[in-house]
Amino acid sequence: MFTMQEILTVSELTSQIKFVLEEGFSAVIVEGEISNFKAHVSGHWYFNLKDANAVISCTMWKGLNNYVFFTPQDGMKVHASGRITVYPPRGNYQLDVRSLKPAGIGDLQAAFEKLKQKLAAEGLFDIEHKRTIPEFPKKIGIITAIDGAALKDMISVAKRRFPLIELIIIPTKVQGSGAAEDIVDSIRTLNRHPELDFIILGRGGGSIEDLWAFNEEIVARAIYNSKYPIITGIGHEIDFTIADFVADLRAPTPSAAMEIATPDKDEYFAFINDFIYNSYQDIMNLIGNFQNRIYKSIDSYGFKIPIDLIRRNAQSLDNQIYRLTQNMDKIILRNNNRLTLISNKIEAHDINKPLKKGFVLVKQNSNYVQRVENFNLDKAAQLTFFDGAIEVEVKN
Amino acid sequence: MAKKIIKNSFEANLSRLEEISALLESNNLKLEDAISLFEEGIALSRICVNTLKDAELKVTELKKKLEDISLPDDEESED
Repeated sequence: MFTMQEILTVSELTSQIKFVLEEGFSAVIVEGEISNFKAHVSGHWYFNLKDANAVISCTMWKGLNNYVFFTPQDGMKVHASGRITVYPPRGNYQLDVRSLKPAGIGDLQAAFEKLKQKLAAEGLFDIEHKRTIPEFPKKIGIITAIDGAALKDMISVAKRRFPLIELIIIPTKVQGSGAAEDIVDSIRTLNRHPELDFIILGRGGGSIEDLWAFNEEIVARAIYNSKYPIITGIGHEIDFTIADFVADLRAPTPSAAMEIATPDKDEYFAFINDFIYNSYQDIMNLIGNFQNRIYKSIDSYGFKIPIDLIRRNAQSLDNQIYRLTQNMDKIILRNNNRLTLISNKIEAHDINKPLKKGFVLVKQNSNYVQRVENFNLDKAAQLTFFDGAIEVEVKN
Repeated sequence: MAKKIIKNSFEANLSRLEEISALLESNNLKLEDAISLFEEGIALSRICVNTLKDAELKVTELKKKLEDISLPDDEESED
């Protein structure tokens, strides 16, 4: 420690004070009421924080006050976090504020409403900007705390509903100081991933302060600018955050977000069962229809035509045969007549007629003898009369 | 046609199944076409069911690069 004997220059003393203060108060959170608030044209903020008995001057630099979503007003109670800095030329110290939040729930509500109106006016909540969530996700980015119950819930829902997917989890601080920045960073990191279907931004239930990161303007803007759609599942049913309003889809809880994000495999099993049953019925109906058509065709007039044809032809065949036989009869009759005629003629030449008249037939050696010169006097001869034949011998 | 089932995505298989279902319902197919669609549908059903049954959820943890973490404030990480 310092001894009385040591003599220091002002600069040395100031430099030691600077070291002690800046080392000892490198990270503090101060609750106080804002007074003399000035937003300089440079973008820096200058104000005092005070309570009943003390005051401290504060600065908040341009790059950092971008992250404060409300415009501080004199009299507003806030929590300022930052570090003490000493400015040697003036010999004073001040609080270099790195983040600023309303201290009470009333202040938070006011700030929430203010930001909500501002972003709504800018069009960050517009329905037209909201993108549809694909029905069959393959890769889902998840922004949540790695050790939270929210993650466990989301994983078990995904396993139960649609295990065909891949969850890409990016462990993220979702509560307390720096959470908003970490969420923004996770959104940006996931946006560099080549093939996500969408992102779920999830966090389990908690107080309004616990969920505050999701009410920060930078988170809202990162969600709005995300290349991939974002589903929020933050807190419980009753909790609405700015992030919910900007998100493409809002679910009441992290597990509800996963429910909304994934199709249900049981529905597909049911669909496939129905398909097998119905398509079997369809096929059987189709076959039945064809059968009916076959039966109808067989019964139809068209199919009867050949039979009629056969019958008609059979009839004409019968006619033909009848006519043919008629003709045959005629021919036979005609020929019969001719035959009679001829036989009459033949009858006219009958051998018996001359025999009846008294002529005799002479036969020798079974030949008829028609000339005297042919008659052999030495042989027997047969004489045939009309009423019989005799054998004679010639006696010389 | 029914032999042409390759390893399509679950989504593609399912939408083909829906298509086949609608075609079969339309009831004005040739019998041979209907039967080959039916066979294709049954094969697709089997593939879809097996895909879902065999699926195992993949969980990947993405580590952020250190330089990606923009703001410090790491002293307040008590939550």
